[in-house]
Amino acid sequence: MTITTPQRTQAEPLLEIRNLSVDYGYDDDAVRALSNVNLTLHRGEILGLAGESGCGKSTLAYAATRLLPPPGVITGGEVLFTSSRSRESGDLLRMSDKQLRAQRWRDTAIVFQGSMNALNPVYKVGKQLIDGIAAHEKMSRSAMRERAAELLTMVGISADRLDSYPHQLSGGMRQRVMIAMALALEPELVIMDEPTTALDVVMQRQIVEQIIELKDKLGFSVIFITHDVSLLIELADRIAIMYAGEIVEDAGSREVYHEPRHPYTAGLLHSFPPLRGPKRELGGIPGSPPDLLSLPSGCRFRTRCPYAVDACAQLVPELGGTVFGDEEPHRSVACHLHDDAVDTPAVPAELAVRPEGRTLLGVDPR
Amino acid sequence: MKYFLRRLGFYLFTAWAAITLNFFIPRMLPGDPVQSLINKFQGRLNTDAVESLYVLFGLDENRTVWQDYLAYLNNLFHGDLGISFTYFPTPVTQILTQSLPWTIALVGLSTIIGFVLGTLAGVGLGWRRGTWADNLLPIANFFSAIPYFWLGIIAIALFAVAWPAFPAAGGYDPGTLPGWNMEFIGGAIYHGILPALTIIISSISGWILGMRNMMVTVSSEDYVTVAQAKGLPERKVMFGYAARNAVLPSISGFALSLGFIVGGTLVAEMVFSYPGIGYMLFQAIGSKDYPLMQGAFLVVTISVLVASMLADFVYAFLDPRTRVEG
Repeated sequence: MTITTPQRTQAEPLLEIRNLSVDYGYDDDAVRALSNVNLTLHRGEILGLAGESGCGKSTLAYAATRLLPPPGVITGGEVLFTSSRSRESGDLLRMSDKQLRAQRWRDTAIVFQGSMNALNPVYKVGKQLIDGIAAHEKMSRSAMRERAAELLTMVGISADRLDSYPHQLSGGMRQRVMIAMALALEPELVIMDEPTTALDVVMQRQIVEQIIELKDKLGFSVIFITHDVSLLIELADRIAIMYAGEIVEDAGSREVYHEPRHPYTAGLLHSFPPLRGPKRELGGIPGSPPDLLSLPSGCRFRTRCPYAVDACAQLVPELGGTVFGDEEPHRSVACHLHDDAVDTPAVPAELAVRPEGRTLLGVDPR
Repeated sequence: MKYFLRRLGFYLFTAWAAITLNFFIPRMLPGDPVQSLINKFQGRLNTDAVESLYVLFGLDENRTVWQDYLAYLNNLFHGDLGISFTYFPTPVTQILTQSLPWTIALVGLSTIIGFVLGTLAGVGLGWRRGTWADNLLPIANFFSAIPYFWLGIIAIALFAVAWPAFPAAGGYDPGTLPGWNMEFIGGAIYHGILPALTIIISSISGWILGMRNMMVTVSSEDYVTVAQAKGLPERKVMFGYAARNAVLPSISGFALSLGFIVGGTLVAEMVFSYPGIGYMLFQAIGSKDYPLMQGAFLVVTISVLVASMLADFVYAFLDPRTRVEG
């Protein structure tokens, strides 16, 4: 597996999340878990969502598909889904329940942590594969069973496992069953919520390779949620880094790895050893994610940020272009260091690495 | 299959143990049945009568406990549970077969109705958690806190005395003869309504609360979210995924309460003077009628065993994880 290069093609958007906000709780007790999140997934892309636990990555995925369990409340925004099959396109947040149900699984499928509790323990695997198909397709029982067997074979499980109960399968097999289930109707978008987190590294590798293989074969797009940035750098085309309910950086995965622009991204990269190349000092990020009930003023990361200045406490950074502006039109970052309008010192060398390896060391590009 | 046979063996052993205990416990009590009977007739028995009673109860011969035990098992096998003191000389078996149908019809039906209604309500309330439906919970809590005897007495005071819509006592119209005719059955249903309602009201809250809480727990499981994400119809997710798994603990509770139908209805039958087995047991205790008590206890034990065996099998059928493989 090679590090994938960022896609610079004029791909059409499949899913556009605009200004999505989510609260947990009601009225005065509400905690804002997502604040005006903007994210676009292009057709055929693997988009990685990364961040520490509790940063809102899963909330984003569940809110975008309206699967957020109570007390989660979507307080604003839109989620535009553009289907090439043009069956149920439009704003997922404003669809009628009937439209939404028709859209679900056919266009947008989700892979949960199958090794945990995503399969109903009291039903056979086959039944659970079939009822997803049955909700959308008019097929004979035997045809659906055949399809289910085909799906299992596709993910490398023998078809006679249709009659197994989830507890009779290993964690890796359950995860494969989940993937097979998600692909039952050949959806255009598959959201994967930490699909490899509970598995050992060998199994993790197999599952990831399987996902890539199936994606190349079936041509779906993926939103891959994980806290494992190193995994994303290998797997994803593009990575969105989330921090305390906001997206702080959105860039190609190679760029995120070699040329981080946000201090938080840089901190995440220092939290694991480099995949190849020279050794890097492991640092981690001091402190812990902020309490969403008492967020710091201005930039949410400033209390842990080594480059924080006075302006960071006063102004909320917006997701916008980097300091290199038009040279990097496809990537965005939410940091005052990259904002011309805010008076900050020059971008530190660590956050100003250029693709050619040229560093604008100490040079203010403005 | 092996699992079922093993369970069956376990229950047969338990039944044997219960029967054996049932044999020994009365023999550890001071006195003997004849003494009790003499007490009941307050000494107005002559020596010949006492002598013949000893013969009748088989206490005239010097037999070992072991011989007694074998005879007891043999009698039990032939449906002979001895002779009641209270209803002397009616055999206990006859009294039990007369009173059992009343209990099973009244308490059995109201337990089933209470379970079905309560569980359905719990499914609905749990599924719509966080909405207006939550306001119904304190009401359910209130009813589950009411002691049954108080509810029964209030029901009689209101609906049989203050506003005499229902009879206060008895199981059927005293003017009719027990039999399969409309008049008698109509009267029996009429007499059964008030006790049945009180049993349903006092038991339904427990089912509602238990099921509602399990629904809330299960609804947050990933597999329910997966079912939603699959675009399954709402009813299918609610019943097929959430309620299907949430009902499992209730099932075993229900089976046990079926077992306690026979034994646990003492209060209900006392309050309503209902001619069921609970009322019989109450009278047997009052008059130290050991054979009747022994018979009633045996029926209670066996029914609890049968019910928990059923619960085991139903549970194994509903939850594949409990089936022990091998």
